[in-house]
Amino acid sequence: MTDSRDTILEIRDLCISYFTRAGEIPAVIDFSLDLRAGESVGLVGESGCGKSTVAMAIMQYMGSNGGIVGGSIKFKGRDLGELGDEELRRLRGKEISMVYQEPMAALNPSLTIGRQLMEVPLTHENVSEDEARQRAIAMLSDVRLPDPERVMDAYPHQISGGQQQRVVIAMALLSNPSLLLLDEPTTALDVTVEAGIVELVADLSRKYGTALLYISHNLGLILETCDRVCVMYSGEVVEEGTIDSLFTWPKHPYTHGLFGCIPLPHADKNAAPLVPIRGQLPLPHERPDGCNFGPRCDYFQDGACAPANVAIQTVTGTGDNEHRVRCNRWADIDHKAAIPQGIVKPPMDVGETVLEVDGMKKYYEVHDRSIGAMLSGESVKYVKANEALDFAAKRGETLAIVGESGCGKSTFAKVLMGLETVTEGAVRLDGKEIGNEEVQSRSPEQLGSLQMVFQNPNDTLNPSHTIGGQIMRVIRKFGVANTKAEARDIMLRLLDTVKLPRDFALRRPRQLSGGQKQRIGIARAFAGNPSMVIADEPVSALDVSVAAAVTELLMDIQREHKTTLLFISHDLSVVRYLSDRIVVMYLGQIMEAGTTDDVFSPPYHPYTEALLSAVPIADPEVEKRHIVLEGALPSVLNPPKGCPFVTRCPRKLGAICENERPAVQKDGDGHAIACHISLDELRKIEPVIKVPERQAAE
Amino acid sequence: MTDISAPAPSAGSALLRALKSFALLRESGVAMVGAGLVGFWILVAIFAPLVSPFDPLATLQPLAKPGADYVKGGGTFLLGTDLLGRDILSRIIWGSRTVLIYAPLATLCAYTVGIIMGLAAGYYRGWIDDVLSRLSDIILSFPVLVLYVIIIATFGASGLNIVLAITFASAPGVMRIVRGLVLDLRNRDYVAAAQTRGESSWYIMLVEILPNARGPLIVDACLRLGYVIITIGVLGFLGLGLPPPDPDWGGMINEYRGMAMSFPHMIVFPCIAISSLILGFNLLADGLREISLRD
Repeated sequence: MTDSRDTILEIRDLCISYFTRAGEIPAVIDFSLDLRAGESVGLVGESGCGKSTVAMAIMQYMGSNGGIVGGSIKFKGRDLGELGDEELRRLRGKEISMVYQEPMAALNPSLTIGRQLMEVPLTHENVSEDEARQRAIAMLSDVRLPDPERVMDAYPHQISGGQQQRVVIAMALLSNPSLLLLDEPTTALDVTVEAGIVELVADLSRKYGTALLYISHNLGLILETCDRVCVMYSGEVVEEGTIDSLFTWPKHPYTHGLFGCIPLPHADKNAAPLVPIRGQLPLPHERPDGCNFGPRCDYFQDGACAPANVAIQTVTGTGDNEHRVRCNRWADIDHKAAIPQGIVKPPMDVGETVLEVDGMKKYYEVHDRSIGAMLSGESVKYVKANEALDFAAKRGETLAIVGESGCGKSTFAKVLMGLETVTEGAVRLDGKEIGNEEVQSRSPEQLGSLQMVFQNPNDTLNPSHTIGGQIMRVIRKFGVANTKAEARDIMLRLLDTVKLPRDFALRRPRQLSGGQKQRIGIARAFAGNPSMVIADEPVSALDVSVAAAVTELLMDIQREHKTTLLFISHDLSVVRYLSDRIVVMYLGQIMEAGTTDDVFSPPYHPYTEALLSAVPIADPEVEKRHIVLEGALPSVLNPPKGCPFVTRCPRKLGAICENERPAVQKDGDGHAIACHISLDELRKIEPVIKVPERQAAE
Repeated sequence: MTDISAPAPSAGSALLRALKSFALLRESGVAMVGAGLVGFWILVAIFAPLVSPFDPLATLQPLAKPGADYVKGGGTFLLGTDLLGRDILSRIIWGSRTVLIYAPLATLCAYTVGIIMGLAAGYYRGWIDDVLSRLSDIILSFPVLVLYVIIIATFGASGLNIVLAITFASAPGVMRIVRGLVLDLRNRDYVAAAQTRGESSWYIMLVEILPNARGPLIVDACLRLGYVIITIGVLGFLGLGLPPPDPDWGGMINEYRGMAMSFPHMIVFPCIAISSLILGFNLLADGLREISLRD
């Protein structure tokens, strides 16, 4: 256990509880961790597992109803629990810094960034204004912000989200702390921006020798940033070890289950489907006796796993003597033997064309009412949300639209649903033009044949009405049932289809978990026997194990109904897993379109290449080329004249990219790339992701 | 599986829900005190004929101090009598009926108008919002008292006109609140879901949006009810209230204010009555807000 390097943080048997009206709720139980200088440790777990509570406890920011009920947190040998308020204040920000999830909420909108950065050395180190300013500028260039002088004088709202997070990281590092806590620092950001931040954090901690505690729900991100990892479940650490050891030989059934839920490159929706973890996270006051994971574990054995509590034990045989697991049966379980877990599902038969999008454009007018704009006669500007979209989807097919925020994918969904009409071009569903047909003028059959699954589980259901009532309303509205009794029958059958108990009909949305609400959202979308369902990031707000179950459910129902699924997402790993064809969008335009295999292998569009590289993959054997995009997404009000991607493209040719729209180059059946670089050149690019043969064969 | 009743709310389940919300109310001490005060006055108003010792309009004995013996019957004027010899306690008891009929009625009317305006402005936006918002700005820019005086002076003092005046003056305030709530709620996915299944605008406003705005609205309604009681009192005090001889708390204070120095009991007790009822509604509103913030 003794290491030549200094131990910065030493947490021993930490227990944290919240005290509520319902009594004491233990949030973290028996948590131990050592963090040495320059080391980075990842804390992974699903929501409610207590990972953020640990960070708050280290900062001693527990709020009025939380408290440490046992154990100790020692920072450089001093027990943080015994320090007074004044000493803590000196420690926070100087020795221990924290980066939060929402950069906009972490920055004060009414102060310039320079002022907020300078505060750190001014408060903690008693330096002059000039020196503080110099150091702030130096730090801003360290976090690779272009033009630090300008950023110093800007207000937070004047820079992009990714830049804001860089400023927050700069602020955290300004006093050269020995410990940096990062709580989901990239969750609110787009993938290509996330890739930049992740690389930055890794570089900076190397440069400054800062110890990192990186909290995330994303195993792939942890793999890219950390040396060691702790997996938490229901308030306890269930497994910890070095990245290599834990990712290669996950010993706890929960850790192993998590890997089964992530769409890794070798997962396939037909041949190797995701294996969701059954059941759900126990509420803190309903934890079972013995192993917390027991009720969800396939290897549960009465006597071995319950009723006695399970202690954490060291794993042998992985070459890592600090690999520990909280499982009594870890030595008995052979995860490798149990690999062919998933049922092989038959591939879908693809039928006739259902959706045709033909040169569709959607512009929004923006009125500039300033006097200057009126004088120059340019008082109307256009936001080109969708520019000349062309593609088709066939019956039973899953078509994914991929792109980062602002790429126009949601606008396209709105047009399909009839909440907006097209500016130009045509959208045909089952041969009928719907692009100009607003939702009020569509017939009940048309409405029922095109439905949507929404992104936010907390928003998708009306909190004031019962689940059953809401589904029945949809059934009646689509004219599927004529009588109340019939509608109720269909509603109950829909609940069966989405694998929820029938008595959920009487419940209200707040009595349901996020995953259950999303299931109801799916039931509602399939109430009218739709020919096409649009799913707008349906699982991005859910925990990995729940997301896997909802994804599988969505595809099972799709298979059963032979529905076309239009899957809108920014997450390429999910998209690779479930879609047959992919459309990559950037700033309202299609950059690349083709089958999943086409898009995921060269020739790539440079943007697709960057997207592929940006997605974190939780598999240490997959080799990945790192491409970090410079700059931020251009404003939709003022897009580049030529190729929309020109401002960030690492393969830019020159003036032609800036001035001319690239032509669409066709490569075989249906694979299209809009780029000035010739297909032959693009074909020479090495694949971004290399999947080792062993897994590919599996 | 067969015991599942239709999810449509039946009378029984509505009662059950009312009981449940009352159980929730008991968790807040403040709300319980408020509910107690309000409940007390409601009971007094309902059972006025039973609890009032005398006819509120009958002349019994002028200028009796509280506790003075009533010669004829040997009883006691608990709160004394007024200038004309009428029993103040009985007048307060009967006066509670006036207040508890007109104040909720006026609040209800103000809410109905305000909610419809707010829903339309917040949901449709655009020119409807512009017109309604500017209209409410104009009304809100008048001092309310001036508005009341103009309306009641024009149409005459009667219960109906008091309701009319209060509706006119309060609806814009309600509209502002509703509009703000709708602007937020209309962007929820369940509203988009309702739109994409072709629901009419009024269905979306009334069934999808309004129920989710009820929390802040109920709290505001309790507070506003308190203000309306003050307003009715003020109108009575200004002589614009209900025409005499019906007992009216504000009117009583107005009638006797000349005597306040010599016979303070004549106005102290009506004042206590008004204050306790308003306090009741305010505490209830505070308690409800506290409960609504809790989950």
